[in-house]
Amino acid sequence: MRNSNRIFMVKMLLNSLLRRRSRIAVALIGIAIGATVLLGMITLCYDVPRQLGQEFRSYGANMIFMPAGRATSLSLDDVNLALALLPAEKILGATVYRYASARINLQPLTAAGTDFTQAAQTSPFWKIDGRLPSQDNEILIGADVAELTQLAPGMSALVSGRNKNRVGFNRPMLISGIVSSGGAEDGFIFMNMPAMESLQGNSGEADMVELSLTANEEELGNIAAAINGSMINIKAQLVKRITRSEASVLSKLESLVYLVTAVVLLLTMICVATTMMTIVMERRKEIGLKKAIGADSKNVGREFLAEGLIMGITGGLIGSVCGLIFAQLISDSVFARSINIEIYLIPLTLIISGIVTVLACLVPARRAMDVEPSVVLRGE
Amino acid sequence: MDILELNNISKIYGSVKALQNVNLTVTQGEWVAIMGPSGSGKTTMMNIIGCMDRPSSGEIYLNSKNITRLSLADLTTIRRDTIGLVFQQFHLISYLTALENVMMAQYYHSIIDEAEAIQALARVGLSDRAQHLPRQLSGGEQQRVCIARALINYPQLILADEPTGNLDEVNEAVVLDLFKQLHDEGSTIIVVTHDPEVAEYAQKTIVLEHGRISKIM
Repeated sequence: MRNSNRIFMVKMLLNSLLRRRSRIAVALIGIAIGATVLLGMITLCYDVPRQLGQEFRSYGANMIFMPAGRATSLSLDDVNLALALLPAEKILGATVYRYASARINLQPLTAAGTDFTQAAQTSPFWKIDGRLPSQDNEILIGADVAELTQLAPGMSALVSGRNKNRVGFNRPMLISGIVSSGGAEDGFIFMNMPAMESLQGNSGEADMVELSLTANEEELGNIAAAINGSMINIKAQLVKRITRSEASVLSKLESLVYLVTAVVLLLTMICVATTMMTIVMERRKEIGLKKAIGADSKNVGREFLAEGLIMGITGGLIGSVCGLIFAQLISDSVFARSINIEIYLIPLTLIISGIVTVLACLVPARRAMDVEPSVVLRGE
Repeated sequence: MDILELNNISKIYGSVKALQNVNLTVTQGEWVAIMGPSGSGKTTMMNIIGCMDRPSSGEIYLNSKNITRLSLADLTTIRRDTIGLVFQQFHLISYLTALENVMMAQYYHSIIDEAEAIQALARVGLSDRAQHLPRQLSGGEQQRVCIARALINYPQLILADEPTGNLDEVNEAVVLDLFKQLHDEGSTIIVVTHDPEVAEYAQKTIVLEHGRISKIM
């Protein structure tokens, strides 16, 4: 029997809301905008770290492997073991470097052997004039080297020096391209790893590995700790310049998102409270009548809060759809990527919309509870 | 048996004395009319009798229980259980049907019962208009819905404020006939009216002037 009362109450509330379509539409628009911003921002908050993580990867490696303890170089076998410890889906690139002192046309400089396919992943900021070396007799020279030696792609240069066993090498190589990065690479020459191993007279060694991982600062710290805990000869280090910038940008962005969301929710509350206050004024007679025929203040207050809840959930539903579109549009225009939709954020948005609307209805409901039943007799 | 007793009731709003030392006794099954010009205190008296306001001084007894100093929440409970209100302006909720308007009084009283609400409408001759909205009903029909709503919880006292004030002669006769039937069945009725013809139906008429009872007929 109590159920029939509940059904009657719901019917009464829905009829009451439908009757004031234009007023309720204003409140609903306010709630829907609030929910749109809320869901849009929360979705971005969840997705932006992933999006920005990928953006930040274009600034270079965020972790390096160095020889640990007294070791002067890394064994490639150890490097492969360490890489196996990393979650494969988080590795965007792992580039092994082997360095040696050399001269090019008698100018002293650092030569680096590497895998250019991986280097393109960990150093996507390299600007190449010409092309990457594809043969063992080709080199890529830094922009500063090119300026100093007046060498250009397509020209030949004499690379000379001594290997670890103090045996001299002297080899003509073809310049395939010039790399400019604005960093130390501008003073280096690069060649394929087999070419470097051939000059050095041995293989299976590296001096450093650069890694580009899709992980935040905390995850990177955990990964580094795991590597350092299990690999004696390898020291994993974070590239603080990158990881800190990423964390700092994300933290500022999150603060901004929370601030914008809080302001919009506050505006939503003001919009709903103002509309509901107007509705209370318009419905004074009806409230007075209900009280005159037996409704107590609690009944009246509960009905207004229930109306608020219905509006909150309806506005929240509309806003959820718009919020996902909003997040997608922002993601498209800012990051040029699709968002990952977290389905559980939709009920969360509905709950928050409901709570915000009910809170906004507290003062109007209080005002409604204060309406005296005698207004129906005064002919006001 | 007295159902209502007002002892020296006064109501003062700031410097305005709306009621001054009013005494009135209404017995079970009695029909009382309250008359008086505008500003004589009729509405104030009706508010106090209808448990919608409290007097500034004096005592009020309903069913021999002193309700003078009860809280507004307690007065709401008493009003809900004891009094049926009929208004000059009908005050039906525009978005609810005639049936739902009657059921609303059940809803706030206890539990809705559609069959009983239809019976109440049948009693006022409106069973075929149950699903109509107030705007689809004539003034007389709206007032009859208002009476059905007042009767639905079996009140001991029916309090009517100018119940025929907005009706034409035909509908006035219908409504007064309904009140007469209710009175014949034992209902206690208090009617506030300007109309001497309406007051003629009452067994006792009191006339208010400047907040005082000037005449009892």
